[in-house]
Amino acid sequence: MKPKTMFEKIWEAHVVHEEAGQPSLLYIDRHLVHEVTSPQAFEGLRLTGRRVRRPELTFATMDHNVPTTNRKIPIQDAVSAKQIETLVQNCSEFGVALFDLDSPDQGIVHVIGPELGLTLPGQTLVCGDSHTSTHGAFGALAFGIGTSEVEHVLATQCLLQDKPKTFWIEVNGRRPYGVEAKDIILSIIGRIGTDGGTGSVIEYAGETIRRLSMEERMTVCNMSIEAGARAGMIAPDEKTFDYLRGRRYAPDDFDAAVERWRKLPTDVGSRFDRVLRVDAASLAPQITWGTNPGQVVAVDVCVPNPSDFSDPNARKSAERALDYMGLKAGTAMTEIPIDRVFIGSCTNARIEDLQRVARFVKGKRVALKVYAMIVPGSQQVKKQAENEGLDRIFKEAGFDWRESGCSMCLGMNPDILKPGERCASTSNRNFEGRQGKGGRTHLVSPIMAAAAAVEGRFADVRKYGRKGA
Amino acid sequence: MEPFKKQTGIVTLLDLPNVDTDQIIPKQFLKRIERTGFGQFLFYDWRFIDGKKPNPDFEMNADRYRGATILATRANFGCGSSREHAPWALLDYGFRCLIAPSFADIFHNNCFKNGILPVKLSESQVETIFERVRKTPGYRLTVDLEKKKIVSDDGLDFTFELDEFRRHGLLGGLDDIGLTLQYENKILAYEANHREISPAPPGQTSI
Ligand code: SF4
Repeated sequence: MKPKTMFEKIWEAHVVHEEAGQPSLLYIDRHLVHEVTSPQAFEGLRLTGRRVRRPELTFATMDHNVPTTNRKIPIQDAVSAKQIETLVQNCSEFGVALFDLDSPDQGIVHVIGPELGLTLPGQTLVCGDSHTSTHGAFGALAFGIGTSEVEHVLATQCLLQDKPKTFWIEVNGRRPYGVEAKDIILSIIGRIGTDGGTGSVIEYAGETIRRLSMEERMTVCNMSIEAGARAGMIAPDEKTFDYLRGRRYAPDDFDAAVERWRKLPTDVGSRFDRVLRVDAASLAPQITWGTNPGQVVAVDVCVPNPSDFSDPNARKSAERALDYMGLKAGTAMTEIPIDRVFIGSCTNARIEDLQRVARFVKGKRVALKVYAMIVPGSQQVKKQAENEGLDRIFKEAGFDWRESGCSMCLGMNPDILKPGERCASTSNRNFEGRQGKGGRTHLVSPIMAAAAAVEGRFADVRKYGRKGA
Repeated sequence: MEPFKKQTGIVTLLDLPNVDTDQIIPKQFLKRIERTGFGQFLFYDWRFIDGKKPNPDFEMNADRYRGATILATRANFGCGSSREHAPWALLDYGFRCLIAPSFADIFHNNCFKNGILPVKLSESQVETIFERVRKTPGYRLTVDLEKKKIVSDDGLDFTFELDEFRRHGLLGGLDDIGLTLQYENKILAYEANHREISPAPPGQTSI
């Protein structure tokens, strides 16, 4: 038999209908829904008299637009409140399970999916959100869709898809101290560019990836979209199964499911459209300097000079980015002072992220002029962190400790940067205005963000060594 | 959805690569629960100074581009967030056709669902369009989806590629959901044969 990639196995198992010259009709196993990209889809169903075909495979939460301060106070912004209320009404009208604002399971959709065992190996999973690629860490085919497609999946439980190309990224070598999953993916995006993965599904493999925890794998897959990829995925293994066992929505016949999942990994000898090899041992902690995630450098180098870029488009982008970011070429990254720190988002707000930050900041203080906030990815993460006393460590160090949500990752709620403010952020997008109009975002790993908070400027965490952290 | 057959219109320019959907429609405008009314917020942070005064440095604001229905831009247009508010805003502002060397995947998909035609041309073809538009105020192109051609009065004549399925859908203004529901029997058969792959999660009752 011809060897197959994991992607091909999952794809083929989900084809409902195929015809030459047409996109395939794929069956969707899980559909996650949030408040921002769903109201128009539900409205479409109402206008056409359609129902949700399989409400029991559809799960909703509210995350983008929710305040992260006291949940007992009604939402101040009337338009936000209406969008949230609309989701509540739609879910009750169409019979969709909702993890509401006051639910102990509320959180960022890409944090709660895995947490509740909704994300499973071998599945097709979609959500009206580009970071749906996160769920690929479990060996699922997971990708973001637009609102018209949300309506399509609600109505038919299927999706029309062109078959993507395949891209194998193999990471080997031991990560040096201070190099996190975030640094691996940022450096990959820096190498292949923000459109390097366009039209492709990336499979991340290699011993370095195998050694990552499930949460670290989610960080890597999460940012596949920042390389333009349709999806990112990692083969399931014992870590995957251990993570899922006992989760609320994991299958009842778990052992039988594991037996099926063991057949998912890519067969030896499979062909990929593109291959890239990365040496983790040579990586350093990364920081973005520009206004897209591909504009990234190692912490120990300087802000690049636009004239270093031979491609005229890249040069123009760099000039514009430096102007927006208020940076001068040749400045050492570690000389750049910051105003704010945001630790949160579907990339880096899981419990292990918070545990690492807590270990680092314990006994240290946030620099006087820096305002730093930590926003847990979900209510479950928040509760666990509080049970472990992490919140006290954070507060003692001078961090603001918030309720769960997307928060300043996109600043749809009141958490935003002021014009000109510079932020070390563990989120995934440093686009102009992403965290607030005129705000300047530098993407970094959680401990790089923590170190920046303490020093008031970017710092090379490697100097703290294993003991210092 | 309005069919797209043939459009003649003024071309406007956005001379930047990697324009992300956060720029096309900033997040503060995503709170609306309708599909309409987003055009006024298109490229908001670039188009306006302090949210009110049109920014004279933003090329698209020039009088010569008033009433444009075609937008020519650079590579990787529409990257980032999957928000369909981006094509809604472009359409509501008046654009029916986008021309670029490449588009980001999700955005590209979203365009077809809204009657917008994204045309991929080579870097040098796009450059030619940029040069001609800048030289001639009120420069117009005709985009013909039947023939898969872009032509102009001054002799420009480019052919573009588009898969048949999408071309057919745009020409007819077809509704994907309606198309898919024609395969209802196949969907039912799939559901009957694949219970172990896609079971209802514990605690959820199957219908
Ligand atoms: S945390 Fe940020 S990237 Fe993730 S889903 Fe929310 S807004 Fe999107």
